[in-house]
Amino acid sequence: MPNTTGPDQIFQRALAEQEVLLPKCDDCGAFHFFPRVLCPHCHGTAISWQRASGKGRVHTTTVVRRKPERGGDYNVCMVELEEGVRFMSRVEGIAPGDVVIDMAVTAFVGETEDTPIVLFRPAEV
Amino acid sequence: MTDQLRGKSAIVGTGHAGFGEAHGLTSFDVMAQSALAALGDAGLKLSDVDGLFCTMMEDSMPALMAAEYLGIQPRFIDGTMLGGSSFVNYLTSATMTLDAGLCDVALIVYGSTQRTASGKLVTASRPPAYEAPYNPRYPISAYAMAAARHMHEYGTTREQLADVAVAARAWAQHNPEAFERGPLTREDVLGARMVGDPLTVRDCCLVTDGGGAIVLVRADRARDFPKPPVYVLGSAAQSAHRQISQMKDFTVTAARESGKRAFAAAGVSPGDIQAVELYDAFTINTILFLEDLGFCAKGEGGAFVEGGRIAPNGVLPVNTNGGGLSCVHPGMYGIFTVIEAARQIRGDAPGIQLNDIDVALAHGNGGVLSSQVTAILGSQATL
Ligand SMILES: [Zn+2]
Repeated sequence: MPNTTGPDQIFQRALAEQEVLLPKCDDCGAFHFFPRVLCPHCHGTAISWQRASGKGRVHTTTVVRRKPERGGDYNVCMVELEEGVRFMSRVEGIAPGDVVIDMAVTAFVGETEDTPIVLFRPAEV
Repeated sequence: MTDQLRGKSAIVGTGHAGFGEAHGLTSFDVMAQSALAALGDAGLKLSDVDGLFCTMMEDSMPALMAAEYLGIQPRFIDGTMLGGSSFVNYLTSATMTLDAGLCDVALIVYGSTQRTASGKLVTASRPPAYEAPYNPRYPISAYAMAAARHMHEYGTTREQLADVAVAARAWAQHNPEAFERGPLTREDVLGARMVGDPLTVRDCCLVTDGGGAIVLVRADRARDFPKPPVYVLGSAAQSAHRQISQMKDFTVTAARESGKRAFAAAGVSPGDIQAVELYDAFTINTILFLEDLGFCAKGEGGAFVEGGRIAPNGVLPVNTNGGGLSCVHPGMYGIFTVIEAARQIRGDAPGIQLNDIDVALAHGNGGVLSSQVTAILGSQATL
């Protein structure tokens, strides 16, 4: 990529290297997501990147019902990371209906249509 | 809107067209038929319209397309697109524009043939980049996650959600204009096909064709028209987010703020409202908005709607036409909350006409609980 300095590009490039980076505001110290050129909390423009802890909890969840011949049901949920930001994602490795609110989950980088994406699995106890 | 604008504009005509299935017609055809119906109701002509307030699901410049189709050259256009709340929001801009003398006859109008055109929700918007890879079903996954969180925090039950749909159907059964008028029980809703847990297909709004239109003029000439004028006593908007993943608290909507300001502008409180018309895209919406608008406390919405309390002969009349769940839902329902509120006040509601309605509330929701707009309408007696 000739120019990988934009916030989305930085996030995606890290993801391609199996790494989840989170934007963090130098001024107020808060994380935000999605990546952007300013902090949505204090509107500061000095943004640094920090590797995500990967630890989170399911904030809310649903099962998208889909016919078996089209691939069957799947999970869509919101995960709140320790850093205080939320990702839309899905929890893999368990049935979509077994994903419950407050469940502890761990992030990993998976793939969809050859593009890396952030996914979660139940945290090991 | 501030209280300076209280009662400065009035609805003098309402109209609709193409409810249910409008075979062979386009969205713009239904839009135009709705405009003609509302202008006919007001005793006005299309050539009288000099302010247009319109958005559609088609075209990137839908208000210009609508003006062109109608053969009018408005001197003022507002095409602000906030989703389904846009049409309640236009009550504010129409009132401001009329009051400032920037137009004399304001037409709010919408139409869609999403049912006969495709059977699916038509949307020009692209899935958000950080949500699309997970394939949420737009928009139900968003509302399902709000419902799940509300159930988790407050113990709201699927039975209570179902009772919202059952109440809407009970109103619709008396409304010849409503699309779904068959019997519907709590068991029917719970046993229907699950589409996005915890919501079944009966927790979801209809997919129909239909259009609606509203004509407003300045209050000083509002009594010169055939129908009793319905005044805009207060209206207010608040935006929260665009994408559901950015919603801060999945159990609280911006209706808290829009409602607070609309009530303040109108000088009334929830206890004064005699008919409540809410944008019920999903059963959870009705519960959230009743709480956030102050009809009950946060977390008590489930109990508030339970067992026919918002049905005919209940405690509070909510969605007296049958709502988006049972009357009509052509992509965006917002304009119909205003039309039903106005007709209840005028005394010509198509279904159950409540007695002596002087103050009614219309509430629009846009996007995925993203934009909330509240309007309070009143009869001549409320001025
Ligand atoms: Zn900041």
